[in-house]
Amino acid sequence: MTSAIDVSPAKPAFRLARARQGLERVVVPALLIAAWEAVARSGMLPPALLPAPSAVLHALGDWVFGFDETTQTYSGHWLRDALASALRVFGGFALASVLGILAGVAIGWSRLFEKTLEPTLQMLRPIPPVSWIPLAIIWFGIADKPAIFLVFLGAFFPVLMNSIHGVKTVDHNLVRAGAMMGANERQMLTDIVLPAALPSIFAGLRIAVGSAWMLTVTAEMVAVKSGLGYVLWDSYYFLRYDIVLAAMISIGLLGYLSDLGLKAIMARALRWQTTTTVQGRTG
Amino acid sequence: MAAIELRNIVKVFSDKRRGRDLLTLDNINLDIEANDFVCLLGPSGCGKSTLLNIIAGFEQATSGRTLVDGRQVQRPGSDRGVVFQQPTLMPWLTAIDNVAFHLKLKGVPKAERHHRAMEFIDLVGLRGFEHHHPSELSGGMNQRVGIARALLMNPSVILMDEPFAALDAQTKLEMQEELVAIWQKRRCTIVFVTHSVDEALVLGNKIVVMTKRPGRIRDAVNFDLPRPRDITSPEFNDAKRHILALIREESTRLAQAS
Repeated sequence: MTSAIDVSPAKPAFRLARARQGLERVVVPALLIAAWEAVARSGMLPPALLPAPSAVLHALGDWVFGFDETTQTYSGHWLRDALASALRVFGGFALASVLGILAGVAIGWSRLFEKTLEPTLQMLRPIPPVSWIPLAIIWFGIADKPAIFLVFLGAFFPVLMNSIHGVKTVDHNLVRAGAMMGANERQMLTDIVLPAALPSIFAGLRIAVGSAWMLTVTAEMVAVKSGLGYVLWDSYYFLRYDIVLAAMISIGLLGYLSDLGLKAIMARALRWQTTTTVQGRTG
Repeated sequence: MAAIELRNIVKVFSDKRRGRDLLTLDNINLDIEANDFVCLLGPSGCGKSTLLNIIAGFEQATSGRTLVDGRQVQRPGSDRGVVFQQPTLMPWLTAIDNVAFHLKLKGVPKAERHHRAMEFIDLVGLRGFEHHHPSELSGGMNQRVGIARALLMNPSVILMDEPFAALDAQTKLEMQEELVAIWQKRRCTIVFVTHSVDEALVLGNKIVVMTKRPGRIRDAVNFDLPRPRDITSPEFNDAKRHILALIREESTRLAQAS
């Protein structure tokens, strides 16, 4: 017998194992959706109160493509609504990232900033961003600005805290090595401290993008007249729970996608770190 | 003029928990000549690393003067290359970028940086691994990168703080041989901290025996056994016996004192 014959039976077994793994992932969601569909169709609850998954999918489809106007005025407007929310998330998140990293690095690196800036910021941190809504409305009116302001508040503190932590926990010996090789203060920051703090900063950014979606939807419910959050709240008033659920699904999906995007950027920036962990896991 | 001159170095640490000061280095006077391979030998806690850190500029002596090439040491600088106990490489840089980091800080263009770094990658035997990150290399290989990084700066002295302590016995032997070969080839001044009598005798041509708490210089022994040194030869063992006697005498004194 040759070795080729010994190897071949392993292949289908391997495929089977992968197929089983795929099945393990979908079995719980599939059962849940099937049960939900069954309960909704059984007539235990009025269909208006618990729309079936098929009805939600129908509403979502019409909202996106506008084929039969089930969703009335929203029909075919999904892209516009999603874009409105996404732009607020992006605006507030970008602002929070830039300022959060700058302030965090300054506080982590310099005693002066730590003493002067940090107490004020730490005092503002426990105030829930949502409680700023009244002030946000009277300052910025009802439009994009209050939403971006709230998103900024929600995203800023996770970035700030993780940047401070990242800079403070930089290996002291790396700083010594930098000084030994003749780094000046600025080079110490840009060539040693920042790259060393990057994993921690990215952890903050990922938490922040989650809060950003949470806050933009909250803001749209009360302070803005467009976006996914607005559609969600408006449909609630019109008792259209199928659209409410379609909006929830859309928010979950976009939040998940933005995290995936951030993860992809992180994997590129921290390639030096991921190469080993991936090998360690698979090898 | 000696390459390194230590004049009446005193270092006192304030031990806040016990509420009193701890005399770590007591009046250290030492001259290290250019191209010497000096081993600072002493038990843990004798202040040998502190002394090295003072020469490196990482720590300030409480009093006394430290001169390197006749200039007073005030802060760390690239005229003194340091090889740390742990490799202490930038984990986000490849081996070659770690070796060339000093050139990057000086603003040398990338192509020239890599060209100049390759010479030292070759010197420490890491050709083929220059584009690996530290996490992909073994402890011994990373320590080689650390040595290449210090050599590239062409410093007047190289300070090494037990750089082979974390390596296994076999790798340690290889690294010791290579370090001696590099030192012979490049003619540099090395100050090497160790607590191992064997390591000091394999490497150094001058062995400075330090005492514990407060750290003082017990004796400085010149040791010119030809290289490569046979660690089983009578001459090696004579020297070892002499050094061990110095250390033992010291511990008896300490035991009687306490």
